[in-house]
Amino acid sequence: MAAGVFPIRQPGGAAIAAALAALVLGTLAAVAWQARGLSALGPWDWRAVWFTIWQAVVSASVSAILAIPVARALARRRFAGRAVLVTLLGAPFILPVIVAIMGLISVFGRGGVLNDALRAAGLPEISIYGWQGVILAHVFFNLPLSVRLILQGWQAIPAERFRLAESLGFAPRDIARHLERPMLRAVLPGVWLAVFLVCLTSFTVALALGGGPRATTVELAIYQAFRFDFDLGRAAMLGLVQIALCVAAMALARWIAIPAAFGAGLDMPSQLRGLGGWRRLADGLAITLAAAFLLWPILAVTLRGLPRIPLLPPEVWDAAVRSVVMALISATLAILLSLALALAIARGGARWIETAGMLPLVASPLVLGTGLFILLRGVASPQAMALPVTVAINAIMALPFGLRALIPAARDLEGDFGRLADSLDMRGLARLRLLVLPRLARPLGFAGGLAAALAMGDLGVITLFATDQPTLPLKLYQLMNSYRMADASACAVLLMAISFALFWLFDRGGRLA
Amino acid sequence: MKSRLIAAMIVPSLLAVAPAAAQDRPVLTVYAGDYVASEWGPGPQIKAGFEAFCDCELRFVTGDILPRILMEGEGTQADIVFGLNTDVTARARSSGLFAPHGQDTSDMSLPVEWTDPIFLPYNWGETAFIYDETRLENPPASFAELLEAPDDLKIVIQDPRASISGLALLLWVKGIYGEDAPDAWAKLAPKVLTVTRGWSESYGMFTEGEADMVLSYTTSPAYHIAAEEDLTKKAAIFPEGHYFMTELAAQLASTDQPELAQQFMDWILTPEFQATIPLANWSLPAKLPQDDWPEVMRDLPRPEKTLFYDEAEAEALRQPALDEWLRAFSR
Amino acid sequence: MLELQNLSVTRGSFTLAADLAIEPGARVAVIGASGSGKSTLLSLIAGFLVPDRGRILWEGRDITATPPGKRPVSVLFQDQNLFPHLTAAQNVGLGLRPDLRLSSPQRVRVGQVLEEVGLAGMEDRKPADLSGGQQGRVALARVLLRARPVLLLDEPFAALGPALKAEMLDLLARIAEETGATVLMVSHDPGDARRFAPQTILIEDGRAQPPQPTGPLLDDPPPGLRAYLG
Repeated sequence: MAAGVFPIRQPGGAAIAAALAALVLGTLAAVAWQARGLSALGPWDWRAVWFTIWQAVVSASVSAILAIPVARALARRRFAGRAVLVTLLGAPFILPVIVAIMGLISVFGRGGVLNDALRAAGLPEISIYGWQGVILAHVFFNLPLSVRLILQGWQAIPAERFRLAESLGFAPRDIARHLERPMLRAVLPGVWLAVFLVCLTSFTVALALGGGPRATTVELAIYQAFRFDFDLGRAAMLGLVQIALCVAAMALARWIAIPAAFGAGLDMPSQLRGLGGWRRLADGLAITLAAAFLLWPILAVTLRGLPRIPLLPPEVWDAAVRSVVMALISATLAILLSLALALAIARGGARWIETAGMLPLVASPLVLGTGLFILLRGVASPQAMALPVTVAINAIMALPFGLRALIPAARDLEGDFGRLADSLDMRGLARLRLLVLPRLARPLGFAGGLAAALAMGDLGVITLFATDQPTLPLKLYQLMNSYRMADASACAVLLMAISFALFWLFDRGGRLA
Repeated sequence: MKSRLIAAMIVPSLLAVAPAAAQDRPVLTVYAGDYVASEWGPGPQIKAGFEAFCDCELRFVTGDILPRILMEGEGTQADIVFGLNTDVTARARSSGLFAPHGQDTSDMSLPVEWTDPIFLPYNWGETAFIYDETRLENPPASFAELLEAPDDLKIVIQDPRASISGLALLLWVKGIYGEDAPDAWAKLAPKVLTVTRGWSESYGMFTEGEADMVLSYTTSPAYHIAAEEDLTKKAAIFPEGHYFMTELAAQLASTDQPELAQQFMDWILTPEFQATIPLANWSLPAKLPQDDWPEVMRDLPRPEKTLFYDEAEAEALRQPALDEWLRAFSR
Repeated sequence: MLELQNLSVTRGSFTLAADLAIEPGARVAVIGASGSGKSTLLSLIAGFLVPDRGRILWEGRDITATPPGKRPVSVLFQDQNLFPHLTAAQNVGLGLRPDLRLSSPQRVRVGQVLEEVGLAGMEDRKPADLSGGQQGRVALARVLLRARPVLLLDEPFAALGPALKAEMLDLLARIAEETGATVLMVSHDPGDARRFAPQTILIEDGRAQPPQPTGPLLDDPPPGLRAYLG
């Protein structure tokens, strides 16, 4: 009967969606216009396109496959610190890329602990440079996401079914066949697609870890076209190819449902019984390995940088404060925008609103930034625009992730209480204050925390606009550019700590509200 | 410290940084590379030094200089650009946005002759591979030895499609090996641990101990000696020669402060300005007698031979050399 | 008088039509097979659903395009009649002001109404801390407070046990009497209909028939209803 609800106008949501679409497509058009048209792509550009698709396929597949044993182990084991561990395992997703790369190198690099151990054991070394590194980093960032989504799948199997299985005397193999595999078949394609989309537009990983012509992604090619060849036409063309890729991938999503509850309530006890024997060992191993893989790099960076933090010059602290203020504004903006969009979608808004909300995922931040630069240069000086534009772009780039958490919650809210609120004439601000904010506090806190953390770690468009008010990630690069590598690693720890703290504050705030 | 924090927290300052030029003094706007204006670069000294006599405010705007100037065209607010490299001067020149510097460049302390009327060098150095003598006891003594070294000697280089030092390496190899450059790349490629976007990522990996050698500059060891008292970082000096790199300044023809801009250009080659370069920019001064260099720079091992392609040659070589490089590294 | 004039709505293969009038103060049961459109009829009157054709009139005034909150209607749903994050007093207070900015006389009134339904002293409890019966009372207290002339009940007490349900229906009857409201109640239970509603609207074959006396209808049901009642 949902199709027939009383038509309540949500002009805000539609207007925001239209503005988003105009921004993403308009900036691309502006870049193409400045270049007086699109340029043809060369063979190296096409190579970048193929590599981009290939690495996204591999990264998504590896993340999904590795996530299964970890999620199963977490679903059927209870141990002290489990809740903390589940929370910590989410950390890589909001880790600033440059910090993550430093951590991965110190663990998996040529001089890292892993290769030291392999050498000592007389085994061949592994390399994280080139495509292996891109994939390793992508798995590092996206394994936690996959584990969370699959874990939710396990927890969503109704308790009655496990009881039924028990009363029928099912062996673990039977449970796997009749309960777990059907769940995985339903959940895995969506997990895969979510990671695939994230990896398709990932940019900074390939930038920081390098790899040369064999590991060039589309976004890196866009960067080269901009910065080095000043070939805006080629940059715009590559931006268009990137959007086409994502649109094709998202068309797949019409058939594959992306699991909705991105960051919503997690830790419901599963009814899966923890079995003894070798399974217990295997589960322990899966959890230990995953925790080591995800947390060791973070720990390594922390240990190295922490002692030098008190020695950081005051300018770094200034930049940190500036970045925090910007991240807070970005988060607020992201909360407002995603709330308006989610409500419009939940109240039966047109499908295009949801598509527009996902558009930032496919947009190239470089094209977005340059397009805005071109569009705004007549309006205000780029220097004055640098920080506001960075704040706005960071809010927008975080939207798709926030929406994934908010849309299902907003739909539930409308389904459960929409009519009651309508019949009591709760509208506008009263409805927002008394119904929407209290009921959506958790996903809103999550969305805000995600936006704040992502904004904090973003280097992004600010370099293009140039500013005399550097952000913390910019300061980190300045330190590296001035040979001050030890200070840079301290700065990285500071950046990471602030990102985590911001996420935690918002998320926690949302839970307590 | 506390008041600084509070000052930085005031949000309006973030959102409405309209050109704070409203003060009485005229403003000279200098577009500069990102590191220049940071407190660890030469920027603060340059600003203080110039403002001491110009009765003006010097404002650095950092970021990607040339892409920005090209996009802004004649409407740019820049009066000066500071930190261009020779690999982009051809494109910068053809934009017609720049005016002559008007300086006498006949007696520079550069290893090459400089006659360019528009782009004025303020520092220089050469490409070099840096190593840590405690980790690499027998560094290659020549480029040829580097090519013949075992493949477990790992080096990190920068991407010539994204970094000036990476591009300089292309021209370095071309300068030594000419037609045979593809063979040289084929030998070098297996030793390349990774190709990073920029210099800082490469150098970070080197100091982490990830690589045995890193593509950097002949002057890099000076930083470790002067700032860290670390004498173990060395540049491998090759008899085949090293590629010359310089950073350039130029004034915009469209400047609304022509006198100030000219004053700044006139100041660049003065001993006062040049003396700040070595220990703030970690490179060699463009016009300063060697006796006036800091000791740490004077004592650095110098290459005997300098390789350099002028703008036109470099522009002509760029694409073919890049194609050779791409082919070698996609195998 | 509540009039449904030539009302019809179609959603896919489902159709409901109604052309009937209900006397003010009447108590009417709505009976029909599952999926016949009982809830749809209430949704049309409440304003959750827009008819494809026809008009709804209250005391001669056309309210077809009036949004739900502005209609002379209170609704009790099967469940979710209370906001779980608000206290009993707040849930009731929404009946006076949808933004809950209550004056002190209004606050006193909320307390009185809660007392009237037997919930004195439970103002600050949240729904989760109340029993099923108490939750029903809070919802009824709000209905009492809003005092809208039309009350729509979509099986609100179906989940309660028989004794509790009877108690609720009695309370409801009292409130309806007090406010003089016209009541439409969807029910599966012919017993409820007999006890509570002198008149019944039968929904059959996509059509809501005009109200008819409940007793005779249930004593001698038409074939469709007979099959449903078993």
